[in-house]
This record gives sequence, C-alpha cells and structure tokens, in this order.
Amino acid sequence: MLNAVPAASPAPPLLSVQGLDVTYETGAQGFWGRPRAFKALEDISFDLRPGETLGLVGESGSGKTTTGRAVLRRIKASAGKIVFQGKDITNVSGEQLRKLRRNMQLVFQDPYASLNPRMRVIDIVAEPLLVHGLIRHVDEARDRITELLRVVGLPADAHDRFPHAFSGGQRQRIGIARALALQPEFIVADEPVSALDVSVRAQVVNLMQDLQKELGLSYLFIAHDLSVVRHISHRVAILYAGRMVEVAERDELYDHPIHPYTEALLSAVPVPDPRTQRQRKRIVYGGEIPDLVNPPPGCRFSTRCPLATAQCKQEAPKLTERSPGHLVACWNR
Amino acid sequence: MSVSAISSSAPLLEVDNLKVEFDTRRGLVQGLRGVTLSIGRGETLGVVGESGSGKSVTAQAVMGLIDMPGRIASGDIRWKGRSLFGRDGERYAQDIRGKEVAMVFQDPMTSLNPVLKIGTQIGEVLERHLGMTRAQARNRAEELLAAVGISAPRRRLDQHPHEFSGGMRQRVMIAMAIACEPQLLIADEPTTALDVTIQAQILELLAQLQETLGLSVILITHDLGVVAGLCHRVAVMYAGQIIETGLAEDVFERPAHPYTQGLLRSTPRLDEVSDRLVSIEGTPPNLVVPPEGCSFQQRCPLSGEACRKAPRLEHIRPDAEAACWKPSVPAWATPLMSPSMPS
Repeated sequence: MLNAVPAASPAPPLLSVQGLDVTYETGAQGFWGRPRAFKALEDISFDLRPGETLGLVGESGSGKTTTGRAVLRRIKASAGKIVFQGKDITNVSGEQLRKLRRNMQLVFQDPYASLNPRMRVIDIVAEPLLVHGLIRHVDEARDRITELLRVVGLPADAHDRFPHAFSGGQRQRIGIARALALQPEFIVADEPVSALDVSVRAQVVNLMQDLQKELGLSYLFIAHDLSVVRHISHRVAILYAGRMVEVAERDELYDHPIHPYTEALLSAVPVPDPRTQRQRKRIVYGGEIPDLVNPPPGCRFSTRCPLATAQCKQEAPKLTERSPGHLVACWNR
Repeated sequence: MSVSAISSSAPLLEVDNLKVEFDTRRGLVQGLRGVTLSIGRGETLGVVGESGSGKSVTAQAVMGLIDMPGRIASGDIRWKGRSLFGRDGERYAQDIRGKEVAMVFQDPMTSLNPVLKIGTQIGEVLERHLGMTRAQARNRAEELLAAVGISAPRRRLDQHPHEFSGGMRQRVMIAMAIACEPQLLIADEPTTALDVTIQAQILELLAQLQETLGLSVILITHDLGVVAGLCHRVAVMYAGQIIETGLAEDVFERPAHPYTQGLLRSTPRLDEVSDRLVSIEGTPPNLVVPPEGCSFQQRCPLSGEACRKAPRLEHIRPDAEAACWKPSVPAWATPLMSPSMPS
C-alpha cells in the first residue's frame, strides 16, 4: 500500500531554494501611518536532497516557520525562486498548485490545536484524500487508513474514536498519518515534537526516522531544540533574524561551528549531565534580536557580535563555502 | 556552588506526605499521591517530571494556590517547622507567602498585568508586604530592576509589560519575587517559554542571585539539562509521586529507578550522537484510577510480581532514595553513558 518512492536519480536536489525573500506588511503605526514592511526572510538559499533531513534551527522570530510555509507555497515569496523536483514552483497556481501540494505535506507543532475535535480519526486522516478527489467517500479508504494507522503505531481500533481519546504523542501520530495519506515525498515538520514530553518525544522522533527509511521521505525539520535536531538531521541550517548564518553537515556544524552566533547558540544548550554541564563554558552575548521593520544595514548579528567591525555594520555578508558543504555568512571568521 | 557548602541545619521547608485531589467531571484525579520533600537553606532542589507528574501542583500547594476543584486531601506543609494548615497555620501562611517564600511562573506574559506600569506592579508588592511609602517603593523597585540586570531601570519603571521582551519580562518577574528578600524562591518552569540564549541568561541570573542573597531555590522543570547546571539535589516525579531523589551528580550518573534511567536515555544530548533514541513505551497512567502497586509497572522493563505492591521511597545509598523494588545501577551508568544503546 505504502510503496517506497522510486529510487531517486543521483544528482538533482528534491527542493532547491534560491535567494528567497518574504516580506510581511504590518499594521500602520497611528491612524495616518502607512503600513510598514517587515522583512521576515532575506536571501535564503538551500537545497534538500531526496531522503535527507535538513534541520532548520533558530530562535523565535528568526523566520524558520516562515521558511517552511513559503516553501509549501502557503506564504507568498516576495523574491527568489523555489524549485521542487526540477520545476520552478515559485509562481504556480490553481490546479497545478493543488497537484503540487499532494507531494508536499506539513506536520504541525501542536497536536491539540491541529486536529478537529469533532472529527473521527478516520475522517481526519482521510480528509486529504477527499480534498484531492482521490476518493469520494471515507469508506473507500478504510483499508488504506487502517494501514496508515498501523504504520504510525496507533491501535487498530483508533478509527472511530475522536482526538480527545488520545494522548499528545498519539495525536502527533495522527497528524503524521494525515500527512502521509497522500504519499508525499517531502514533509515540512514544524516543531513536531516541541509540545511532547521527553519520553514520548523519543517515540515520535524514532517513528519519523523509521518512516523516512521506509518511504524515502525528505524532511525539512524545523525546531528550536538543538539536541533533537542533532539527532534527526543529516544537515543543519541556522537562521538568525531572517537570514541564514550557517549551514553544514550535522557533525561538522556541531563539532566545528564557525559563525559566532552558532557558537553562542550551541554553548547555551544545557546538557543533562551535571559534571559536564558545570564545566561547559557559556558564551553569552547581551542584546536581543533586532527589529525587522528597521533591520541594521549590515550583518544582522552585528548589534550583538563581539567581533563586529565597521564592515559588518555596513554590508551584509553572504554565505560562502569554507569547507565542502560548510557555508558561513561572516566577515571575520 | 559546592554541595558541601549546604548547611545541615533544620530544613526551611518540609512537605510531608502531601496528597492533593482534583474533582473533575471524569472523576477524582489524584494529583499528588503522598509527596515528601524538604529543602535546606541555600540549597537548590530540582523537581523534574513530565506533564501531569505533579511537579507544579507541589509548588502550588506550598504557595496556597490550589483552587477549586482541587483540594489538599491530607499531609502537611511546614515552614521553619510550623505547619501552614489549620487556623493558626493559615494566618502564618499569609504572612510568609509572597514574602519569605516567593514564586516565579512559567509565562511572564500572562503573569504581569498588561495595563499597569512595571514600577507600579513591583511597588505594589513592597507597599503591601513591607509597608513602604510610594516613593520608597519606587526607589527600591529601581534597585531591584538593576539587580536583575535591566538597563536604564529608572526609565523602565514607567513602561508597560508589552514594551519588554520575553526575557526582560521574566527578569521583572524575578525582581518582583525577590522584592521582599525571600528565603525560598520557587521557580516553576521559569525558562520554558524562552529561547535558549535567553534561557542561559536567566539561569545565570538565578545562580547569581542564589549566591549573593543566600536563597534556597526549588526549580521545577521538565528539562534535565536545566537541572544539571543549577541544582544540588534532584527529585524525579512520576504520576504524583517522587520516585527518586538524591544529589544531582548521583542521580544523573547512577540513576536507580527504571523511569529515571529511561528519562535520561530518551533525552537527546547535544554532545552525543546516537542512531536511535531509546524511548519509554506507553504513556503515564490515568490518575483517576491509579494502578495498584508501582505506578510505573506497565511501562517498566523490569516489572515483576513484587511490583503489584506499591514501593516506598527508600535509601539505596546514603545520599540517594528510590521508590522501586528492583533498584539497579544500569550497565551504561558509570562512568559516563555510552552513546548508543541497543533497544
């Protein structure tokens, strides 16, 4: 039923994002004021290979959710290009966009808010099939959904129950089953385990890894928890205030961070081991994420960075390759 | 912050076999099922557990914040040896709560009044508890803001909460909590709503205040990393009970209860890579009808006949207690956890 995707051809990436900008209009300040532009994302570029997990990390307001939504074409890009399976999808619309969405799905953060409490599990999981016209009635998909529920590890009698009968972890499994219903190749998982308790979080992370192996899925895994990201990702990208500051293979990034922000971020994550934790050196930079309505002209981290020079405050650094696959946007490192 | 620095004098706060129930539509939920803990002067106790384990309820009971439909069914809470229950106790409790014992909540957005200036909100505490005049309170409030690391405190006094960022709001909450120079600070998930770099700043502030003011701190959190950095002792809660407690190093390196072991192993670590996380199968029990015997037995890999009877918290080493019939030191425990475990 759930066949693995056909073996991907070696070269082209599944998804390629090039110079993506997203600008939100914010409300006017004052009655006569004009709406202001809020630059949520600026010049974001990355590739995602078939079967790969790219971890997208950043603090609140860094633009990680916006990136996920823009890639799925749920938010309009104001500049840049999104290429999916070799096709430019930046401006597709109508029926083409609907078809496209069968191939890219979203798993949400909050398993309590993202499931309709009045729908049975079978209706929730079958809804994408109905919406896309693949079935005309839920009963047609009963077998398929039984299989899906089995795949995500839910009890066989889950069908006719309502979301309230399930725990947080089980609800997240329902959300994953729904995302898988259309057999997508690409899933954006927006903080899928942040709302879960530690022991249950491990179950869901393991499930996502198993599904990836079985079905050849590619994940854009959005999270703020660097420990979970290290565990699940093949490559990791760090966002700061709407710009990508560093991207590298997982171990390379964690063991040899280059950007000062990445360094500070990694040092701030506590390790559950008292002896190690008390010896770790924390790099603490004061200040907060800059206002994105009037971002600083140069590097966005320059307001907090101890290395900042006049150049950093004038000119934004571009991502440049320091070693194969390790890209950093910094003038001084 | 050495462990030996803790004085061995009488404990500041004692919670004794506390039981709390919540009368809900689904039945009587036994939120706390006999919790006993104590904290000494200058000590930091970390209370860890998953949602529903009762860690916040314990704090709320100490602060007198258990409201309908909850009620304290039995047990005792003593502050410096005097009970907070009974008619005398309640008057005593009113005097010390907010003054000698203060609390910081998880969400600084909802714990501050959005329409009052920060200065007014801090001043209120000082006027009520210490009987200061408005002018005195304002000066003291400024000192407090400076003490928690807020720059330009005088100007900040006249701002409203929305003008502060999340981390700054949590600093304001801490300033309010230490306003009356409490001896015990209860912090309930103080950094859960914050970003990691801001979390690091707040934890640093707590450690620094503890040292300068000689505070005792109860830190309630689900994040084992936060506990590891800050706490002398740890109490692990599961299904309304403390199932293991001891010195932090000890509990983290030689956990004896299978739940603690599972919790530590299922937590991904920044400094380690493994191919697969070890998860604890199943979910915590329903506390309307708590299981007979050990509450962890359905999920426990070691459970057996003996576990049908409820284990009590007992010493397994001089400084460590666990509620388990088969406490064990797992093979992976010493000296450091091995990176990957076969599941």
